[in-house]
Parts: sequence; C-alpha cells; structure tokens
Amino acid sequence: MKRRKFEELFFRLLMVLATILVAGSFFLIVGTIFYKGVPYMNLDMITKTPGGGFYIGKEGGILNAIVGSLYIAGGATILGLLISIPVAIFINMYMDGKTFLANTLRMAFDVLFGIPSIVYGAFGFLIMVYFGLRASLLGGTIAVTLLVIPILVRTLDEVIRTVPSELRDATLSLGSTRWETAKVVLRQIRPGLFTAILLSFGRAIGDVASVLFTAGFSDNIPTSLHEPAATLPLAIFFQLSSPVEEVQGRGYASALVLTIVVLIITVLSEVFIKKFFKHKI
Amino acid sequence: MIDTVNKSEHKRDSSPEGGSKHGLNPTQPVADKDKQAPASGFFYSLFNGKQKIYRFRLLKDKLIAKLMLVLTVVSVLILAFIGVGLYYHSIPILHKQSLVQLLTSSVWKPLKGLFGFYPFIMGTLWVTAISIIIALPLCLLTALYITEYAPLRIKRILSPFVNLLSGIPPVIFGVWGVLFIIPLIQDHIAPHFVEFSTGYSVLAGGIVLAVMIFPLIVSIITEVFRTIPQDLRDASLSLGATRWETTRKVVLRKALPGIIAALVLAISRAFGETIAVLMVCGNNAAVPHSVFDPGYPLPALIANNYGDMMSIPLYDSALMFAALLLFVIILLFNIISRVILSRLERKLAA
Repeated sequence: MKRRKFEELFFRLLMVLATILVAGSFFLIVGTIFYKGVPYMNLDMITKTPGGGFYIGKEGGILNAIVGSLYIAGGATILGLLISIPVAIFINMYMDGKTFLANTLRMAFDVLFGIPSIVYGAFGFLIMVYFGLRASLLGGTIAVTLLVIPILVRTLDEVIRTVPSELRDATLSLGSTRWETAKVVLRQIRPGLFTAILLSFGRAIGDVASVLFTAGFSDNIPTSLHEPAATLPLAIFFQLSSPVEEVQGRGYASALVLTIVVLIITVLSEVFIKKFFKHKI
Repeated sequence: MIDTVNKSEHKRDSSPEGGSKHGLNPTQPVADKDKQAPASGFFYSLFNGKQKIYRFRLLKDKLIAKLMLVLTVVSVLILAFIGVGLYYHSIPILHKQSLVQLLTSSVWKPLKGLFGFYPFIMGTLWVTAISIIIALPLCLLTALYITEYAPLRIKRILSPFVNLLSGIPPVIFGVWGVLFIIPLIQDHIAPHFVEFSTGYSVLAGGIVLAVMIFPLIVSIITEVFRTIPQDLRDASLSLGATRWETTRKVVLRKALPGIIAALVLAISRAFGETIAVLMVCGNNAAVPHSVFDPGYPLPALIANNYGDMMSIPLYDSALMFAALLLFVIILLFNIISRVILSRLERKLAA
C-alpha cells in the first residue's frame, strides 16, 4: 500500500515538473527576447528604413522589413480567404460534410498543413521559374498563400461544423438556396472567421523558409508587386548572422518587434475563440 | 393572385413526371432535380416574375457550386503539383547519380558534381531523434496532468500557454536558441562530457526543436485523452486502483494509437523545420558522431544554398531533390498519423 501511495506521489510530482517546464519554456523564450532586445529598442528601429551603412552598425531601422512582412502576410491572408472560404463552404454545405469523401478532403488539407514551409518555398520558387518571375513581393505572396490555405480551410471547417444543423435546416426550409444558407452560416461564424484570419496572419508574418527563395530582400519599401520585399523574420536572420555587435543587437530588437506582434495576434485570436464558444463550456 | 395562376397552369400541364410542379415550388432548394423540367420552366418564366427570380437564384447557386468545386479540387491538387514539380526538377540529378548513390554517399562537392546526401540525412535524423526523446516524455506527462490531475482552474490557465507557444514564429525560436541554448551547452553542459564544443551542435538543434513541437504534441495527446470515456476511469477507480494506476493501465493503454499518431506527426514537423535548426546546428556537412557535434539537416541545406543554386550546374536539381525527399517522407508520415487519428475520431463517434 505504501509503495502505491509513493508511486502516485512520485508521478504526480513528475507531471507537475513537466508541466512547469513546458509552460515555462514560453516565459523563458519571451523573457530572453525581451531581456536582450529591449536595450537596443528605439523609435528609429520601427520608423526608418536602413540608411547607408546600416549593416556595419550605422543608423537606420527595419521599417522596410515590417512593411514588407505586413504586405506579404496581409496579401496572402486575403488571397487565402478568397480560396478557402469557398472550399470550407463547399465541403460542409454543398457536399454532405459527414461523408467519406468530405473526410478524405479534410485529411488532405491536414496533410497539406503538415508540409513544411521550406517545401512550399521551393515549390513557390519553381512556380516563379516557370512563369519567369524574379524574387518579388508577388512571388513571396504566392508562396505564403499556399502555406496559409490549409490553415484557413481547416479552421473555417471546424468553425462551420459547430453551427447547429437546425439553423441550416431552418433557412433551407424557408426556401433559400444552398448559397443563401451559406451566407447565413458565414454571418453566424464571424468571430471564428476572425480567428482563422488571425491564425493565418500570425503564421504568415512569422514564416521565413517560404519567403527565403521567393520574396528576396531589399532595403527599400516595395512600391510594386514586382519589386523584391524584405520580411521581418528574414531581417532578423540576416542581422543575427552579422559579426558586428551593433547589428546583432538590432537583430534582437527586431526579434522583439516580431514577438510582440505575434503575441498580440495570438492573444486576439484567443479572445475571438472565447467569444465564439461563449455559449459553450 | 400569382398563386392561383400557378395552380391553374399546373392543372393544365399534367405531365406525368410532375416536373412543372417542381419548377413552381420556390421552397424546393435542391438544384439537381431542376433538370427534370427545363422546357416548362422556361415557358413559365416568360410571364412569371417570381419564377424568373427563382431560376436566377438557382442558376447562381449552381454556378457558385461549380466554382467552389473547382477551387476545392485545385487546392487539394496542390499536393500533387508539389510532388510532380519537385520530381520533375530532380530528374537531372537522378539521371546522373542513382538514388542509392545519392542517399548513401557522403561526398558533398557541388563544384565537382558530387552530391551525397548521407551527412544531411543523418543530421536530420539526429536532430529529430533528440527532439523527440526530449519532447515526448515531457509532453506526455504534461498532457496527463492537464487532463487527469489538474483542477479546472489550473487547466484554464495552462491551455492558453500552449497556444501562445505554438504562435511563436520559428525564427524567434532560433534567436532564443542562439541566445540561451548555445551558451548553456557551451558553458554548462558540454564541458562535463567533451573537451571543447562551440555549442552549435545537434543537441542545440534538438532542444530548440523539442520546444517547438511541445504545443503540437501536447494539444494532440490532450485531445486523445479527452476521447477516452470517463466510465473506464470510474470503473478502474472503483476497483480500488490509485489514480496513477488508472492512468497507466487504462488511459495510457487506451490512448496508445493516438500517442503514436502524435509522435509520427511530431517527427514529421521536426523533420521539416528549417530556420531554427539552421541557426543553431552549426551546419557542417559531416555525419555527427556525438550530440555535441555540429550537424547539417536537409532543410537547412536547402535554405542555406539557394543563393548559389543557379550558378553551379545540377545544384538546383540537387536542392530540389532534397526538397522532394523531405516532401515524400513528411507526406507519408502525415498520412499515417492522420489515418490513425481519424480512425480514433470515428470510433469515438460510433
């Protein structure tokens, strides 16, 4: 009996320790980034583009990367929505969402979700080669769109599935077509839609491997789709591999900017999920 | 008024299949049946406004359905496009060297046209293995604590952290690895085992990857534990088993397929992770022999060399082959784990 009690206590202790470690790793990461990044943080970082000699430690900021990232993540999310809203509606409203075929489609998107971004980057590069494009804002947006489509489809699909079937039945019985029903359902899932948008935006803004080949890098803010664009994660990567201490420090500050942006996005999406499931436990 | 007209029309037109009846009934949303009455439907629409609107709505519905079908098919086919595209571009290198040679040779001299992927495959395997060895037990215990032990209040606090962690971009993990893990290994861990290490090693890659896959494993395993019926736990507890005994002999045993699925999924995630491992692994094209040796995983190879890709012959083909290799392995792993998970889900629904 004593041995069993001891075992119980021992494993409980182990579990608590593991949980502290897993949850604590979040604080460790954010803490490290803040600790290293804050001393190098200043207003110039986020309001100026790199000046001459930025990469040997002279003045300037990373506005080009911030704007580039916003362009690419925003563009990819909008394009992704244009594709994934119809797909999610099709799977759930036009097909019977519970059939084998629908589940197979879901699985295909799950698998697409699991494909690493470096493969999307390589594929995006192949598309660009095929169409004779150079590394540009357009190329980056295409690659990131491919990356976010599965996220959007699966999130929207999950959200649409929570809409009670009575609501759909009621609209259908009043004589609406399936498309009109879909519009009712879309209105119903609005908070879920915001969650999907935020999730995809968060993933898009933080991803490097997919834009590495496709978006290029530039010290200027892009003014057209065919110009190369800098992205925030890539800027961090480049700055960190510099031997100059000042530039490395700016890399930490850039990491701080990205962390804050992503945390805000994640917290917001949490809030929307909470709002969406308010009526549930 | 219109209704009466409709009715009288219907009486006159007594077609046996009753197609016109369908055409007149705006509360019928099913579009496919509309095919039955094209002629009479058109005839009515000439002088019946309501009918016209109805036909327009149906047409819109059908057009949108077609459009959505196309979008769905195309977006699923991305999977095939990626496979075919990468394969097509790796044909040149496959012609020059055999598959076995590519996978087992450890000579990497792009300038001489020699591409041996063995060191990179080993680098990937080392990093992945280390990350799984660290992450799996920790995540299993955490998931058990969250589902079986933790009071509701703590549960509510804990779950957002998992989501927050999963939202952090890979490059931040890389920065953290450089700032925290590398000095930790260099100054505190490695000196106990080897004479000298810069810290940039497969161990660093493994640790960073482990933290990256924490949220994935925890969330999947937690979901799997939730699917186990409470009755089973209650039965075990009522027979006098302690909580841990119930967990070990009932929950864990029942959840085994789900845990395996989570494991496979985590492996495939760790396999493809690029930028974080690129930053901490040291990127030395040699087979690592200990955890403190630097390694050079496949994704890092692709990401690091895209610049020279176009200037050296066959180099682009070799890198596309590396991407194809990653794609095929990850595709297989993903399919396996998704099949297991969807089976579990179906079992739960039944």
